[in-house]
Amino acid sequence: MAKLIALTPCAGLLPISLGKIAVTEVLPDRLMSVAPFAGQNKAVSAKLKSHVGAVLSGLNRRIGGVTWFGHGTWMVAGDVALDGLAAVTDQSDAWAVVAISGAGSEDVLARLVPIDLRATVFKKNHVAKTMLGHLSVTITRTAANTFEIMVMRSMAQTLVHDLDVAMRGVAARG
Amino acid sequence: MRITCPNCGERDRREFYYQGDALALDRPSQDAGLSVWDDYLHNRGNPAGDTKDLWFHEAGCGAWLVVDRNTVTHAVHKAVLAEKVKR
Repeated sequence: MAKLIALTPCAGLLPISLGKIAVTEVLPDRLMSVAPFAGQNKAVSAKLKSHVGAVLSGLNRRIGGVTWFGHGTWMVAGDVALDGLAAVTDQSDAWAVVAISGAGSEDVLARLVPIDLRATVFKKNHVAKTMLGHLSVTITRTAANTFEIMVMRSMAQTLVHDLDVAMRGVAARG
Repeated sequence: MRITCPNCGERDRREFYYQGDALALDRPSQDAGLSVWDDYLHNRGNPAGDTKDLWFHEAGCGAWLVVDRNTVTHAVHKAVLAEKVKR
């Protein structure tokens, strides 16, 4: 019987590292976009609490596996059943998720992202929908020196290229 | 030019897509008559000064905004979610 080979979005591209900064691929088991119908946020939150152990996060925030993903939308890492409460789409294969970590990650992102991601204003579990170079991205700070970046899967190579160039730029500065 | 998105905070204009006059939100009733519909579809003012426009936070949260700004001074006064605007 034929064995199918599943390729991850960043297969052959990651991991990369330079100095103290490393970029690795993150592989969520499931990604479901959840857009609650009008007036159903509370009901959706209650269901999510039992499904994935976290409620709908506030604007620009993440709670556990629930990440704010734009106006009226959340991305949930895990299976959900929300019939009649929300528009749900399985997007598990649609996103490339990478983590950039290590001292200096902020400097790398500062070259690419037009918003302030310093720890004083962009804290753990803060989320930003913004741009990285020409890409629309969702950036989450997951730890003191670690950011998670989500882009559409088709943009994985561009994301890694942009990060690679910026990492070398930061390294060259010493 | 920077626009303060009600969801995301202050962001660069590059993240937004410009649609046009927020007059588009004031849709006439179906039986309003041809001249009213003609006006709604085709005629827009071109003021030098304060305007209300529709902008889309394309590279951000994906919300439609009504932005109050001034075309002469380039000041952006405020931005509100289009869905919250009374119609």
